[in-house]
Amino acid sequence: MANSTLTKKRSTAYGSTVALKSAMAVTGAILVLYLIAHMYGNLKVFSGQEAFDGYAHGLRELGYPLLPEQGFLWIARIVLLASILIHIYAVAVLWRRAARARNDRYQVKKRVQRTYASYTMRYGGVLIAFFVVFHILHLTVNAIAPGGKSDSPFERLVNGFQPEFWYVTLFYVAAVIAVGFHLRHGIWSAMATLGANKASRQGKINAVAVAVSLVVTIGFLLPPLAVTFGLVSK
Amino acid sequence: MNITLRVWRQKGRDDQGRLVNYKLTDVSPDMSFLEMLDVLNEKLTLENEEPVAFDHDCREGICGACGVVIDGEAHGPEVTTTCQLHMRSFKDGDTITVEPWRAKAFPVIKDLVVDRGAFDRIIQAGGYISAPTGTAPDAHANPIPKPDADRAFDAATCIGCGACVAACPNASGMLFTAAKVTHLGMLPQGQPERASRVVNMISQHDEEDFGGCTNIGECAAVCPKGIPLDTISQLNRDLLGSLAKGVG
Repeated sequence: MANSTLTKKRSTAYGSTVALKSAMAVTGAILVLYLIAHMYGNLKVFSGQEAFDGYAHGLRELGYPLLPEQGFLWIARIVLLASILIHIYAVAVLWRRAARARNDRYQVKKRVQRTYASYTMRYGGVLIAFFVVFHILHLTVNAIAPGGKSDSPFERLVNGFQPEFWYVTLFYVAAVIAVGFHLRHGIWSAMATLGANKASRQGKINAVAVAVSLVVTIGFLLPPLAVTFGLVSK
Repeated sequence: MNITLRVWRQKGRDDQGRLVNYKLTDVSPDMSFLEMLDVLNEKLTLENEEPVAFDHDCREGICGACGVVIDGEAHGPEVTTTCQLHMRSFKDGDTITVEPWRAKAFPVIKDLVVDRGAFDRIIQAGGYISAPTGTAPDAHANPIPKPDADRAFDAATCIGCGACVAACPNASGMLFTAAKVTHLGMLPQGQPERASRVVNMISQHDEEDFGGCTNIGECAAVCPKGIPLDTISQLNRDLLGSLAKGVG
Protein backbone atom coordinates (compact mmCIF):
# COMPACT_ATOMS: atom_id res chain seq x y z
CA MET A 1 0.00 0.00 0.00
CA ALA A 2 1.10 3.57 -0.49
CA ASN A 3 1.80 4.32 3.16
CA SER A 4 5.03 2.82 4.39
CA THR A 5 4.37 2.27 8.09
CA LEU A 6 4.31 -1.17 9.64
CA THR A 7 0.64 -1.44 10.37
CA LYS A 8 0.18 -5.17 9.93
CA LYS A 9 0.59 -7.47 12.87
CA ARG A 10 3.58 -9.75 12.50
CA SER A 11 3.24 -13.49 12.60
CA THR A 12 5.81 -15.51 14.53
CA ALA A 13 8.72 -17.17 12.79
CA TYR A 14 7.70 -20.60 14.12
CA GLY A 15 4.76 -20.56 11.71
CA SER A 16 6.70 -18.92 8.88
CA THR A 17 7.03 -20.29 5.36
CA VAL A 18 10.64 -21.21 6.14
CA ALA A 19 9.64 -23.18 9.25
CA LEU A 20 6.95 -25.02 7.27
CA LYS A 21 9.41 -25.80 4.50
CA SER A 22 11.89 -27.10 7.07
CA ALA A 23 9.22 -29.40 8.48
CA MET A 24 8.62 -30.68 4.94
CA ALA A 25 12.35 -31.19 4.42
CA VAL A 26 12.86 -33.16 7.64
CA THR A 27 9.77 -35.35 7.21
CA GLY A 28 10.68 -35.83 3.54
CA ALA A 29 14.15 -37.02 4.56
CA ILE A 30 12.60 -39.58 6.94
CA LEU A 31 10.38 -40.83 4.13
CA VAL A 32 13.29 -41.08 1.67
CA LEU A 33 15.31 -43.15 4.16
CA TYR A 34 12.28 -45.38 4.63
CA LEU A 35 11.88 -45.76 0.86
CA ILE A 36 15.48 -46.92 0.52
CA ALA A 37 14.98 -49.56 3.24
CA HIS A 38 11.66 -50.59 1.64
CA MET A 39 13.35 -50.92 -1.74
CA TYR A 40 16.05 -53.13 -0.25
CA GLY A 41 13.36 -55.43 1.15
CA ASN A 42 11.53 -55.53 -2.19
CA LEU A 43 14.65 -56.63 -4.04
CA LYS A 44 14.73 -59.76 -1.83
CA VAL A 45 12.07 -61.04 -4.20
CA PHE A 46 14.89 -62.05 -6.54
CA SER A 47 16.26 -64.37 -3.84
CA GLY A 48 13.06 -66.42 -3.87
CA GLN A 49 9.93 -66.85 -1.79
CA GLU A 50 11.71 -68.07 1.35
CA ALA A 51 14.08 -65.10 1.52
CA PHE A 52 11.31 -62.59 0.80
CA ASP A 53 8.80 -63.99 3.27
CA GLY A 54 11.56 -64.54 5.83
CA TYR A 55 12.58 -60.90 5.53
CA ALA A 56 8.98 -59.74 5.95
CA HIS A 57 8.55 -61.98 8.97
CA GLY A 58 11.88 -60.82 10.37
CA LEU A 59 10.62 -57.23 10.40
CA ARG A 60 7.87 -58.29 12.80
CA GLU A 61 10.41 -59.78 15.15
CA LEU A 62 13.00 -57.02 14.79
CA GLY A 63 14.15 -55.87 18.22
CA TYR A 64 12.36 -58.76 19.95
CA PRO A 65 12.56 -59.52 22.89
CA LEU A 66 13.76 -56.00 23.72
CA LEU A 67 10.62 -54.70 22.03
CA PRO A 68 7.28 -56.50 22.04
CA GLU A 69 6.50 -58.52 18.94
CA GLN A 70 5.80 -56.18 16.01
CA GLY A 71 7.07 -53.38 18.29
CA PHE A 72 9.59 -52.12 15.78
CA LEU A 73 7.00 -52.27 13.03
CA TRP A 74 4.55 -50.14 14.98
CA ILE A 75 7.18 -47.57 15.94
CA ALA A 76 8.10 -47.28 12.26
CA ARG A 77 4.45 -47.00 11.26
CA ILE A 78 3.76 -44.22 13.77
CA VAL A 79 6.87 -42.26 12.74
CA LEU A 80 5.95 -42.66 9.06
CA LEU A 81 2.33 -41.69 9.56
CA ALA A 82 3.34 -38.61 11.57
CA SER A 83 5.87 -37.67 8.87
CA ILE A 84 3.30 -38.04 6.12
CA LEU A 85 0.70 -35.98 7.99
CA ILE A 86 3.17 -33.18 8.77
CA HIS A 87 4.43 -33.25 5.16
CA ILE A 88 0.87 -32.98 3.80
CA TYR A 89 -0.17 -30.31 6.30
CA ALA A 90 2.84 -28.15 5.37
CA VAL A 91 2.25 -28.50 1.64
CA ALA A 92 -1.45 -27.71 2.05
CA VAL A 93 -0.65 -24.44 3.82
CA LEU A 94 2.13 -23.49 1.39
CA TRP A 95 0.16 -24.47 -1.73
CA ARG A 96 -2.75 -22.28 -0.65
CA ARG A 97 -0.39 -19.46 0.17
CA ALA A 98 1.32 -19.72 -3.23
CA ALA A 99 -2.02 -19.72 -5.05
CA ARG A 100 -3.06 -16.60 -3.14
CA ALA A 101 0.30 -14.89 -3.71
CA ARG A 102 -0.08 -15.21 -7.50
CA ASN A 103 -3.80 -14.45 -7.62
CA ASP A 104 -3.63 -12.98 -11.14
CA ARG A 105 -1.91 -15.26 -13.59
CA TYR A 106 0.34 -14.19 -16.43
CA GLN A 107 -1.09 -14.19 -19.94
CA VAL A 108 2.30 -15.42 -21.19
CA LYS A 109 4.76 -17.27 -18.95
CA LYS A 110 8.07 -18.69 -20.04
CA ARG A 111 10.19 -21.27 -18.24
CA VAL A 112 13.71 -19.94 -17.71
CA GLN A 113 15.70 -22.82 -16.19
CA ARG A 114 13.41 -24.79 -13.89
CA THR A 115 13.53 -28.58 -14.06
CA TYR A 116 10.62 -30.67 -15.29
CA ALA A 117 10.65 -32.35 -11.87
CA SER A 118 9.84 -29.05 -10.17
CA TYR A 119 6.53 -28.90 -12.08
CA THR A 120 5.50 -32.33 -10.83
CA MET A 121 5.95 -31.75 -7.09
CA ARG A 122 2.42 -30.89 -6.01
CA TYR A 123 0.25 -32.94 -8.39
CA GLY A 124 2.78 -35.78 -8.33
CA GLY A 125 2.56 -35.70 -4.55
CA VAL A 126 -1.24 -36.02 -4.70
CA LEU A 127 -0.86 -39.05 -7.01
CA ILE A 128 1.65 -40.60 -4.60
CA ALA A 129 -0.71 -40.05 -1.64
CA PHE A 130 -3.55 -41.89 -3.43
CA PHE A 131 -1.15 -44.64 -4.42
CA VAL A 132 0.07 -45.13 -0.84
CA VAL A 133 -3.52 -45.74 0.31
CA PHE A 134 -4.11 -48.23 -2.49
CA HIS A 135 -0.73 -49.85 -1.91
CA ILE A 136 -1.42 -50.48 1.79
CA LEU A 137 -4.89 -51.89 0.99
CA HIS A 138 -3.33 -54.10 -1.68
CA LEU A 139 -0.10 -55.52 -0.31
CA THR A 140 -0.14 -54.77 3.43
CA VAL A 141 -3.67 -55.55 4.63
CA ASN A 142 -4.58 -57.42 1.42
CA ALA A 143 -8.13 -56.02 1.41
CA ILE A 144 -7.75 -55.49 -2.32
CA ALA A 145 -6.34 -58.75 -3.65
CA PRO A 146 -6.12 -59.03 -7.43
CA GLY A 147 -5.26 -62.64 -8.20
CA GLY A 148 -6.27 -63.91 -4.76
CA LYS A 149 -5.50 -63.34 -1.07
CA SER A 150 -2.53 -64.97 0.59
CA ASP A 151 -0.72 -65.00 3.95
CA SER A 152 2.57 -65.00 2.10
CA PRO A 153 3.79 -61.52 1.12
CA PHE A 154 5.61 -63.11 -1.81
CA GLU A 155 2.40 -64.66 -3.15
CA ARG A 156 0.48 -61.38 -2.75
CA LEU A 157 3.12 -59.70 -4.86
CA VAL A 158 3.17 -62.38 -7.53
CA ASN A 159 -0.65 -62.62 -7.64
CA GLY A 160 -1.12 -58.86 -7.87
CA PHE A 161 1.22 -58.09 -10.76
CA GLN A 162 0.22 -60.86 -13.17
CA PRO A 163 -0.15 -59.64 -16.80
CA GLU A 164 -3.97 -59.76 -16.60
CA PHE A 165 -3.82 -57.10 -13.84
CA TRP A 166 -1.87 -54.74 -16.10
CA TYR A 167 -3.81 -51.76 -14.71
CA VAL A 168 -2.47 -52.50 -11.20
CA THR A 169 1.05 -52.60 -12.60
CA LEU A 170 0.44 -49.45 -14.62
CA PHE A 171 -0.74 -47.52 -11.54
CA TYR A 172 2.28 -48.82 -9.64
CA VAL A 173 4.69 -47.78 -12.40
CA ALA A 174 3.12 -44.32 -12.71
CA ALA A 175 3.32 -43.78 -8.95
CA VAL A 176 6.96 -44.91 -8.77
CA ILE A 177 7.91 -42.57 -11.62
CA ALA A 178 6.09 -39.76 -9.78
CA VAL A 179 8.15 -40.65 -6.69
CA GLY A 180 11.30 -40.44 -8.81
CA PHE A 181 10.49 -36.92 -10.02
CA HIS A 182 9.35 -35.97 -6.51
CA LEU A 183 12.72 -37.01 -5.08
CA ARG A 184 14.68 -35.35 -7.89
CA HIS A 185 13.41 -31.92 -6.90
CA GLY A 186 12.58 -32.81 -3.29
CA ILE A 187 16.09 -33.85 -2.23
CA TRP A 188 17.60 -30.75 -3.79
CA SER A 189 14.92 -28.52 -2.27
CA ALA A 190 15.18 -30.10 1.19
CA MET A 191 18.95 -29.56 1.25
CA ALA A 192 18.50 -25.92 0.21
CA THR A 193 15.73 -25.39 2.76
CA LEU A 194 17.88 -26.78 5.56
CA GLY A 195 20.64 -24.37 4.62
CA ALA A 196 23.06 -26.71 2.84
CA ASN A 197 23.00 -25.00 -0.54
CA LYS A 198 26.19 -23.13 -1.41
CA ALA A 199 27.15 -22.16 -4.94
CA SER A 200 30.15 -24.50 -4.77
CA ARG A 201 27.96 -27.42 -3.64
CA GLN A 202 25.02 -27.08 -6.04
CA GLY A 203 26.44 -29.54 -8.55
CA LYS A 204 26.98 -32.20 -5.89
CA ILE A 205 23.54 -31.77 -4.30
CA ASN A 206 21.88 -32.06 -7.69
CA ALA A 207 23.98 -35.12 -8.59
CA VAL A 208 22.96 -36.83 -5.33
CA ALA A 209 19.29 -35.94 -5.97
CA VAL A 210 19.41 -37.42 -9.48
CA ALA A 211 21.31 -40.53 -8.33
CA VAL A 212 18.98 -41.29 -5.41
CA SER A 213 15.86 -40.77 -7.51
CA LEU A 214 17.18 -43.03 -10.28
CA VAL A 215 18.16 -45.79 -7.83
CA VAL A 216 14.81 -45.60 -6.02
CA THR A 217 12.79 -45.52 -9.25
CA ILE A 218 14.60 -48.48 -10.82
CA GLY A 219 14.75 -50.40 -7.55
CA PHE A 220 10.98 -50.17 -7.08
CA LEU A 221 10.16 -50.87 -10.72
CA LEU A 222 12.16 -54.11 -10.95
CA PRO A 223 10.08 -56.46 -8.70
CA PRO A 224 6.58 -55.83 -10.13
CA LEU A 225 7.86 -55.74 -13.72
CA ALA A 226 9.78 -58.97 -13.12
CA VAL A 227 6.48 -60.57 -12.04
CA THR A 228 4.55 -59.16 -14.99
CA PHE A 229 7.14 -60.43 -17.45
CA GLY A 230 7.35 -63.83 -15.76
CA LEU A 231 10.90 -63.57 -14.39
CA VAL A 232 9.57 -64.13 -10.86
CA SER A 233 6.84 -66.67 -10.26
CA LYS A 234 5.49 -68.98 -7.57
CA MET B 1 11.63 -2.84 -37.42
CA ASN B 2 7.89 -3.29 -37.34
CA ILE B 3 6.49 -4.84 -34.21
CA THR B 4 3.15 -5.56 -32.62
CA LEU B 5 2.84 -4.87 -28.92
CA ARG B 6 0.29 -6.53 -26.66
CA VAL B 7 0.28 -4.26 -23.63
CA TRP B 8 -1.59 -4.81 -20.37
CA ARG B 9 -3.96 -1.87 -19.87
CA GLN B 10 -5.61 -1.43 -16.49
CA LYS B 11 -7.21 1.84 -15.43
CA GLY B 12 -6.67 1.34 -11.70
CA ARG B 13 -6.51 -1.13 -8.86
CA ASP B 14 -10.11 -2.21 -9.22
CA ASP B 15 -10.19 -2.38 -13.00
CA GLN B 16 -10.01 -5.87 -14.44
CA GLY B 17 -7.43 -5.07 -17.09
CA ARG B 18 -6.86 -6.50 -20.55
CA LEU B 19 -4.21 -6.86 -23.24
CA VAL B 20 -4.46 -4.23 -26.00
CA ASN B 21 -2.67 -4.53 -29.36
CA TYR B 22 -0.62 -1.67 -30.79
CA LYS B 23 1.36 -1.69 -34.02
CA LEU B 24 4.62 0.25 -34.16
CA THR B 25 6.52 0.91 -37.38
CA ASP B 26 10.10 2.05 -37.93
CA VAL B 27 11.38 0.99 -34.54
CA SER B 28 15.16 1.33 -34.40
CA PRO B 29 17.00 -1.77 -33.15
CA ASP B 30 19.22 0.61 -31.13
CA MET B 31 16.29 1.87 -29.05
CA SER B 32 16.02 0.63 -25.51
CA PHE B 33 12.75 -1.09 -24.67
CA LEU B 34 11.67 1.96 -22.66
CA GLU B 35 12.45 4.31 -25.56
CA MET B 36 10.25 2.12 -27.72
CA LEU B 37 7.48 2.53 -25.13
CA ASP B 38 8.14 6.31 -25.19
CA VAL B 39 7.58 6.25 -28.97
CA LEU B 40 4.35 4.33 -28.43
CA ASN B 41 3.21 6.89 -25.86
CA GLU B 42 4.00 9.83 -28.14
CA LYS B 43 1.90 8.16 -30.80
CA LEU B 44 -0.94 7.49 -28.35
CA THR B 45 -0.82 11.09 -27.08
CA LEU B 46 -1.05 12.48 -30.63
CA GLU B 47 -4.01 10.20 -31.22
CA ASN B 48 -5.66 11.56 -28.05
CA GLU B 49 -5.42 8.21 -26.33
CA GLU B 50 -4.27 7.56 -22.80
CA PRO B 51 -0.49 6.79 -22.80
CA VAL B 52 0.72 3.52 -21.24
CA ALA B 53 1.81 4.05 -17.64
CA PHE B 54 5.14 2.41 -16.81
CA ASP B 55 7.70 2.93 -14.05
CA HIS B 56 11.20 4.15 -14.90
CA ASP B 57 13.81 6.39 -13.37
CA CYS B 58 17.56 6.13 -13.92
CA ARG B 59 17.48 4.33 -17.27
CA GLU B 60 20.99 3.06 -16.61
CA GLY B 61 20.18 -0.23 -14.86
CA ILE B 62 20.79 0.77 -11.26
CA CYS B 63 17.49 1.94 -9.77
CA GLY B 64 15.22 -1.06 -10.28
CA ALA B 65 12.13 0.95 -11.19
CA CYS B 66 11.45 -0.29 -14.73
CA GLY B 67 10.33 -3.86 -14.09
CA VAL B 68 7.84 -5.37 -16.52
CA VAL B 69 7.29 -8.91 -17.76
CA ILE B 70 8.10 -9.18 -21.48
CA ASP B 71 6.98 -12.32 -23.33
CA GLY B 72 6.65 -14.18 -20.04
CA GLU B 73 10.07 -13.30 -18.68
CA ALA B 74 10.85 -10.67 -16.06
CA HIS B 75 12.73 -7.82 -17.79
CA GLY B 76 12.51 -9.73 -21.08
CA PRO B 77 14.84 -12.12 -22.90
CA GLU B 78 18.14 -10.69 -21.62
CA VAL B 79 19.27 -10.90 -17.99
CA THR B 80 19.19 -7.16 -17.38
CA THR B 81 16.79 -4.39 -16.47
CA THR B 82 14.14 -3.33 -18.99
CA CYS B 83 15.91 0.00 -19.61
CA GLN B 84 19.07 -1.88 -20.63
CA LEU B 85 17.16 -4.21 -22.94
CA HIS B 86 17.38 -3.12 -26.56
CA MET B 87 15.10 -3.73 -29.48
CA ARG B 88 17.89 -5.63 -31.26
CA SER B 89 16.99 -8.51 -28.93
CA PHE B 90 13.76 -8.85 -30.94
CA LYS B 91 13.09 -9.62 -34.59
CA ASP B 92 11.26 -7.60 -37.20
CA GLY B 93 7.60 -8.59 -37.17
CA ASP B 94 7.65 -9.89 -33.58
CA THR B 95 4.61 -9.72 -31.37
CA ILE B 96 5.73 -8.73 -27.89
CA THR B 97 3.54 -9.15 -24.81
CA VAL B 98 4.15 -6.69 -21.97
CA GLU B 99 2.60 -7.30 -18.56
CA PRO B 100 3.10 -5.92 -15.05
CA TRP B 101 4.68 -7.95 -12.23
CA ARG B 102 1.92 -10.20 -10.97
CA ALA B 103 1.78 -10.82 -7.24
CA LYS B 104 -0.78 -10.14 -4.56
CA ALA B 105 1.97 -8.31 -2.66
CA PHE B 106 2.54 -6.01 -5.69
CA PRO B 107 -0.92 -4.65 -6.58
CA VAL B 108 -1.21 -3.00 -10.00
CA ILE B 109 -1.67 0.77 -9.68
CA LYS B 110 -2.12 1.44 -13.39
CA ASP B 111 -1.20 -0.41 -16.59
CA LEU B 112 2.36 -1.67 -16.01
CA VAL B 113 2.97 0.14 -12.72
CA VAL B 114 2.82 -1.88 -9.50
CA ASP B 115 3.16 -0.86 -5.86
CA ARG B 116 6.34 -2.41 -4.47
CA GLY B 117 5.85 -0.94 -1.00
CA ALA B 118 5.88 -4.47 0.41
CA PHE B 119 9.65 -4.54 -0.20
CA ASP B 120 10.07 -1.29 1.74
CA ARG B 121 8.18 -2.77 4.67
CA ILE B 122 10.40 -5.89 4.66
CA ILE B 123 13.44 -3.58 4.87
CA GLN B 124 11.79 -1.58 7.65
CA ALA B 125 11.29 -4.79 9.59
CA GLY B 126 15.03 -5.32 9.95
CA GLY B 127 17.05 -4.70 6.80
CA TYR B 128 19.36 -2.19 8.48
CA ILE B 129 21.68 -1.85 11.45
CA SER B 130 20.76 0.40 14.37
CA ALA B 131 24.25 0.75 15.89
CA PRO B 132 25.74 4.22 15.39
CA THR B 133 28.94 3.45 13.47
CA GLY B 134 30.30 6.97 13.09
CA THR B 135 32.26 7.98 10.04
CA ALA B 136 33.81 5.41 7.73
CA PRO B 137 36.63 3.63 9.60
CA ASP B 138 40.12 3.13 8.21
CA ALA B 139 40.00 0.36 5.66
CA HIS B 140 42.37 -1.85 7.65
CA ALA B 141 40.93 -1.15 11.11
CA ASN B 142 38.48 -4.02 10.97
CA PRO B 143 39.81 -6.81 8.74
CA ILE B 144 37.12 -8.74 6.86
CA PRO B 145 38.04 -11.80 4.81
CA LYS B 146 37.91 -11.00 1.11
CA PRO B 147 35.38 -13.77 0.26
CA ASP B 148 33.03 -12.43 2.97
CA ALA B 149 33.38 -8.85 1.75
CA ASP B 150 32.74 -10.00 -1.83
CA ARG B 151 29.67 -11.98 -0.85
CA ALA B 152 28.28 -9.07 1.19
CA PHE B 153 28.86 -6.77 -1.75
CA ASP B 154 27.29 -9.14 -4.27
CA ALA B 155 24.18 -9.37 -2.07
CA ALA B 156 24.15 -5.60 -1.53
CA THR B 157 23.88 -4.98 -5.28
CA CYS B 158 20.18 -5.93 -5.11
CA ILE B 159 18.21 -3.01 -6.53
CA GLY B 160 14.82 -4.22 -5.26
CA CYS B 161 13.32 -4.37 -8.74
CA GLY B 162 11.06 -7.30 -7.87
CA ALA B 163 11.98 -9.52 -10.83
CA CYS B 164 12.52 -12.41 -8.39
CA VAL B 165 8.90 -12.15 -7.23
CA ALA B 166 7.64 -11.76 -10.79
CA ALA B 167 9.49 -14.85 -12.01
CA CYS B 168 8.79 -17.06 -8.98
CA PRO B 169 6.03 -19.65 -9.55
CA ASN B 170 4.96 -18.97 -5.94
CA ALA B 171 5.40 -15.18 -6.11
CA SER B 172 7.86 -15.48 -3.26
CA GLY B 173 10.02 -12.57 -2.13
CA MET B 174 12.71 -14.80 -0.67
CA LEU B 175 15.60 -13.83 -2.98
CA PHE B 176 15.10 -10.14 -2.14
CA THR B 177 14.82 -10.84 1.59
CA ALA B 178 17.78 -13.23 1.46
CA ALA B 179 19.93 -10.64 -0.33
CA LYS B 180 19.44 -8.21 2.55
CA VAL B 181 19.95 -10.87 5.23
CA THR B 182 23.15 -12.07 3.52
CA HIS B 183 24.51 -8.58 2.89
CA LEU B 184 24.30 -7.60 6.57
CA GLY B 185 25.00 -11.09 7.91
CA MET B 186 28.44 -11.27 6.27
CA LEU B 187 29.72 -8.09 7.95
CA PRO B 188 30.62 -7.35 11.59
CA GLN B 189 28.16 -4.45 11.84
CA GLY B 190 25.32 -6.84 11.06
CA GLN B 191 26.08 -9.38 13.80
CA PRO B 192 24.35 -7.91 16.92
CA GLU B 193 20.92 -7.94 15.26
CA ARG B 194 21.50 -10.95 13.04
CA ALA B 195 19.15 -13.36 14.86
CA SER B 196 16.25 -10.94 15.26
CA ARG B 197 16.72 -9.45 11.78
CA VAL B 198 16.00 -12.66 9.91
CA VAL B 199 13.01 -13.46 12.13
CA ASN B 200 11.47 -10.01 11.69
CA MET B 201 12.13 -9.83 7.97
CA ILE B 202 10.66 -13.27 7.27
CA SER B 203 7.62 -12.49 9.41
CA GLN B 204 7.05 -9.31 7.42
CA HIS B 205 7.68 -11.15 4.13
CA ASP B 206 4.97 -13.66 5.06
CA GLU B 207 2.59 -10.94 6.26
CA GLU B 208 2.86 -9.21 2.90
CA ASP B 209 1.30 -12.26 1.21
CA PHE B 210 4.37 -13.38 -0.68
CA GLY B 211 4.47 -17.12 -1.37
CA GLY B 212 6.94 -19.59 0.12
CA CYS B 213 10.19 -20.62 -1.58
CA THR B 214 10.32 -23.99 -3.33
CA ASN B 215 13.96 -23.66 -4.44
CA ILE B 216 13.12 -23.71 -8.14
CA GLY B 217 15.61 -20.96 -8.92
CA GLU B 218 13.75 -18.89 -11.52
CA CYS B 219 14.40 -15.82 -9.30
CA ALA B 220 18.19 -15.98 -9.49
CA ALA B 221 18.02 -16.87 -13.19
CA VAL B 222 16.27 -13.60 -14.06
CA CYS B 223 17.92 -11.34 -11.45
CA PRO B 224 19.52 -8.41 -13.31
CA LYS B 225 22.09 -8.11 -10.53
CA GLY B 226 22.92 -11.82 -10.34
CA ILE B 227 22.00 -12.29 -6.66
CA PRO B 228 22.98 -15.93 -6.06
CA LEU B 229 20.33 -18.51 -5.19
CA ASP B 230 22.37 -19.76 -2.23
CA THR B 231 21.62 -16.55 -0.33
CA ILE B 232 18.21 -18.13 0.31
CA SER B 233 19.91 -21.11 1.90
CA GLN B 234 21.92 -18.72 4.07
CA LEU B 235 18.69 -17.03 5.17
CA ASN B 236 17.17 -20.43 6.00
CA ARG B 237 20.24 -21.35 8.04
CA ASP B 238 20.08 -18.05 9.93
CA LEU B 239 16.36 -18.46 10.59
CA LEU B 240 16.66 -22.03 11.84
CA GLY B 241 19.57 -20.90 14.03
CA SER B 242 17.44 -18.09 15.46
CA LEU B 243 14.57 -20.47 16.20
CA ALA B 244 17.00 -22.90 17.88
CA LYS B 245 18.17 -20.01 20.08
CA GLY B 246 14.57 -19.18 20.94
CA VAL B 247 14.47 -15.90 19.00
CA GLY B 248 11.13 -16.10 17.25
